[in-house]
Amino acid sequence: MRDLFINLGQKFLAFLYFFGGLGSLVAQTFRWTFIPPLKKERVFEQAKKAGYDSLPIVSLIALFIGVIMALQTAYQMQRLGSEMYIASIVALSMVRELGPVITALVVAGRVGAAIAAEIGTMQVTEQVDALQTLAANPVKYLVVPRLLALSLMLPVLTLYSNIIGILGGYLICVYKLGIASSMYLQITFDSLLFKDLFTGLLKALFFGMIIAFVSCYEGFNVEGGAEGVGKATTRAVVTTFILIIAADCIFTAFFYFIFP
Amino acid sequence: MIEIKDLSKSFGEHKVLDGLNLRIETGSTCVIIGRSGCGKSVLLKHIVGILRPERGEVFIDGQEITSLSDKELDKVRLKIGMVFQGGALFDSLTVAENVGFGLIEHNHFSHKELLERVEESLSLVDLCGIGNLMPSELSGGMKKRVALARAICIKPQIILYDEPTTGVDPITADSINELIRNLHDKLKVTSIVVTHDMKSAYRVGDKLDMLYQGKIIAEGSPAEIQNTQHPVVHQFINGLAKGPITETLECFK
Repeated sequence: MRDLFINLGQKFLAFLYFFGGLGSLVAQTFRWTFIPPLKKERVFEQAKKAGYDSLPIVSLIALFIGVIMALQTAYQMQRLGSEMYIASIVALSMVRELGPVITALVVAGRVGAAIAAEIGTMQVTEQVDALQTLAANPVKYLVVPRLLALSLMLPVLTLYSNIIGILGGYLICVYKLGIASSMYLQITFDSLLFKDLFTGLLKALFFGMIIAFVSCYEGFNVEGGAEGVGKATTRAVVTTFILIIAADCIFTAFFYFIFP
Repeated sequence: MIEIKDLSKSFGEHKVLDGLNLRIETGSTCVIIGRSGCGKSVLLKHIVGILRPERGEVFIDGQEITSLSDKELDKVRLKIGMVFQGGALFDSLTVAENVGFGLIEHNHFSHKELLERVEESLSLVDLCGIGNLMPSELSGGMKKRVALARAICIKPQIILYDEPTTGVDPITADSINELIRNLHDKLKVTSIVVTHDMKSAYRVGDKLDMLYQGKIIAEGSPAEIQNTQHPVVHQFINGLAKGPITETLECFK
């Protein structure tokens, strides 16, 4: 029993230590973001890695999710004879919920893991120390471009994944369930409000920040060699996944209760 | 001049530096010797301001640096070039971008001037024409030389070397020693070399300091250190398995 309490206490302290460290990194990053000069080419380079290079996998996953959503909804709606609602359910689910969350999880797995591994390797090979000796602040050089790139690219990727997801639903409804193309599109656009799009993209912006901060933080805190880098990469992905889902839950509740 | 007063640093329970005092005259080459893990690299990181001590002061040309803000510290860092043990080259950048990194970040040189400075630095380490290669394409010895070129490209007044000959073959090690000596003579810089390679220490040092249990326990010219009667230094420089250093470790076990 005593061991259990000691273990729980240690876990709680580690939890506090993590959020303290992450908070400190967030504060430093925001401070350095507004201290010139900002090297745009570094932001573009990271934006390409995070955004453009993620397009194939985001396309594939979003298409599958759209198809699955349409088929699953069709299963329910056909019983009620309300196939017309499939279009609006797919559109609203993609834009408000699935588009931002699925895109963020894909980017966290692909880009977040790469960031943690890259910065972690730089840490163990003293490249981060070398940056400091050359009077280049590691937060400004490594975190700021990644934060800006992910905050910018995640809403863009989410918008793209919304379109592809809706296209997936369209393919099933028009070519399999026989719903007229014009009708599907009209119901889709009629059911979507600007508010739905805005809340989805706002979530994506925050998810992008979560991926950047957690991945960079875990990278900077690597200890040991290759094993440490592996552990930090796993921790970065798992923590990001948990925080994205938790943040999504809070956002969804907030938008539902405060701005219904 | 570099002056360190009463410097102490611990990591957890382990006290790495314990009231260390050291003085290095401008333009001299000081070699810090000591066993692996005794705190030599930690000492260098305090001199360049990467680590902050728990107690003590570090003076660079009369300026105390341990209490400086990051911005003020960056100005001091531009006077110091550091060569890391494994090179610590940025592996996403080419050799030329690595060497010119400090200039690109802090100075407004034209592209032509930048290339000239990079080539000049590479030629000082006998590596002309490799600017377009990536660090992964270099051998261990070349990486150390490129790291040295990166350190001298900002025209520092002080160069810190962390184990410059570790992990390279004896011939490359000797050429690196020669390079350190030549750079010292040509650039008139103050150098601090951290090593446990005694051949290298005798070759490059004007003064040798032995770091043991967090303190400098002996200081002298290479000849004085070679002829020392201090039992700890004697055991270390002669590489003896039995002696006071290993006896202390046995007591702890």
